[in-house]
Amino acid sequence: MALDRWIALIILMISLAYGYAAYFTMDGLLPPFMKFNPIWPSTFPKVLSVLAVLTAGVIVLGLEQPKAGDRTAQVPRQSVTERIFSGNWQQALGLLALMVAYALLIRPLGFLLATVGFISCGAALLGERKLHILIPVAAIAAGVVWYLVQGVLGIYLKPLPAGLGG
Amino acid sequence: MLEGILIGLGTALSLTNILMVIGGCLIGTFIGMLPGLGPMSIIAIMIPVAISLGDPSAALILLAGVYYGAIFGGSTSSILLNAPGVAGTVASSFDGYPMARAGKAGKALTIAAIASFAGGTIGALLLMIFAPALSSVALLFHSAEYFALMVVGLSAIAAFAGTGQVAKAILMTLLGLIMATVGEGALFNMPRFTMGVMDLQSGFSFITLAMAMFALPEALFLVMHPPKAAGSAEDGKIKDLRISRDEARQIAPVIGRQSLQGFFIGVLPGAGATIASFLGYAVERNLATKEEQAEFGKGSIKGLAAPETANNAACTGSFVPLLTLGIPGSGTTAILLGALVALNVTPGPRLMLDDPQIFWAVIISMYIGNLVLLILNLPLIPYIAKVLEVPRNYLIPFIFFFTLMGAYIGQNNATELLILVGFGFCATLLRFADYPLAPLLIGFILGSMLEDNFSRAMQLYDGLGFLLERPMTLALLVLAAVLVVLPTYRARRARLRQAGIADGD
Repeated sequence: MALDRWIALIILMISLAYGYAAYFTMDGLLPPFMKFNPIWPSTFPKVLSVLAVLTAGVIVLGLEQPKAGDRTAQVPRQSVTERIFSGNWQQALGLLALMVAYALLIRPLGFLLATVGFISCGAALLGERKLHILIPVAAIAAGVVWYLVQGVLGIYLKPLPAGLGG
Repeated sequence: MLEGILIGLGTALSLTNILMVIGGCLIGTFIGMLPGLGPMSIIAIMIPVAISLGDPSAALILLAGVYYGAIFGGSTSSILLNAPGVAGTVASSFDGYPMARAGKAGKALTIAAIASFAGGTIGALLLMIFAPALSSVALLFHSAEYFALMVVGLSAIAAFAGTGQVAKAILMTLLGLIMATVGEGALFNMPRFTMGVMDLQSGFSFITLAMAMFALPEALFLVMHPPKAAGSAEDGKIKDLRISRDEARQIAPVIGRQSLQGFFIGVLPGAGATIASFLGYAVERNLATKEEQAEFGKGSIKGLAAPETANNAACTGSFVPLLTLGIPGSGTTAILLGALVALNVTPGPRLMLDDPQIFWAVIISMYIGNLVLLILNLPLIPYIAKVLEVPRNYLIPFIFFFTLMGAYIGQNNATELLILVGFGFCATLLRFADYPLAPLLIGFILGSMLEDNFSRAMQLYDGLGFLLERPMTLALLVLAAVLVVLPTYRARRARLRQAGIADGD
């Protein structure tokens, strides 16, 4: 089964869970006076969940096929897995991990350190080796962005780690 | 209308707003030139900046400037490198790149700039005529019609998604609508589907979602599959920007036709600059004489002028449903709508009555923006093109960093970054599996409005009675159903005919 149908199956599960919540648990929390309303907080979600389950089902079962005369259908295409693994997927995953690290460290380390670390590690991950250029560039960029956000946009960004008066 | 134009001139010509247009166009051109980054990513990254301006007119003017700038930047890299930065400018590379190879890069850029300018300006003129008319009709609409109209808009977006893709587009729209129900809605004052997580109390942030849907997957694609530029900037030594009088005479009718056609394609929900540019190219090729037709694909000036005019006119046209109905027809206008809502402005027919200065300032700034592109960006192109020489190892971490910043400074909350990375990962997988992402974002942004209008209609008619009592609503809903079913039905019949089962027509 191709990736798109697996994804549709996952969305189908999510829609079923969502629909279950809309049909069976939400109305229990409704204050009695609201029960006379023609519309409840669960009304719209109920409609959505039914539609989503139906549409996801159409994809899972493969009812909608590409048009027979379609040009794209005739060209033998790379399968999705080939498309994913033919590229630099390790680098992409590494950058995603780096973003998670940035999210977790931006508070404890402060904006400046976290940012210099993120940009330098990111570039190093992509193969940059000239650290004597890379780190100053990252530091200047972090400083400029911090100044712009804090000074020009007026949004507070904690610059330094907690121990250093940040 | 004259009064409106004067108000618009007053607002758009203030020093701040002129700087916004110029700045927006420049930033847009810069980033739009980078292959792989589309206008939606660029606008998403610029939104936190625009929102923190606090002034809705200035914010919309800035973002609209970024939008045209991005399209123009995309044309530049299409012409110089055969590496379109933006889907809407792919058709420009068909004839633009051969021209650049033949040493006529300067001429190609000038034609692109003039065509864009003309397309954008004529589009703005049409917008000025059609938008007030449409919004006066829309003022008669009640919540029931609004609800139905949004359903039509969403179905049209799904229906334009292409063969074999309609179900996927519908599913993405529904997923967007489902995500919009998470959090505490204004209508019921009770949290829904938050699963007890405090950070979800106010729902998902639209900026985070926009970044996760567009900027992050595009950046990850750049990492995984570095664009293979067919040529180097060396091929396109930019000199001699002038075009001859004869060439001007040749492209004038093309520009005239494509401005109109592009604009009206842009107005349709779901069809945008990309469809307009391909269609424009095809139509002009069919209209051209035999000898000219042979030129197409080898450096025809008509073949370059057509998509360039059409994509800019379509960009302008896509503002019509946004400004008059408050219904975005494309991913880009959906992001603009989200930015306006964040600034407490609800676009729609009342926009012209309540905040005429916003409406007219945006239109006037479109003229200024097109002028800026022609007289400021065109001469600067050789310098702006230097951005293409920035090493990829530096560029990519910065793109990721700006994506993170966009989500972070909007909320000042590190959980938002985790949500961004999580959704960004899912969105990348969805893209690999050919699920369109723009419908998801449009569904998400329209979700609460759709539910509000539906609820109001339900309360007013005490049930589903409005479906029968308001013929307009019923007609619109039937139209929506036809839009969704028709492409599927036609695809099915074509398949059956191919197999020799169905006969006749």
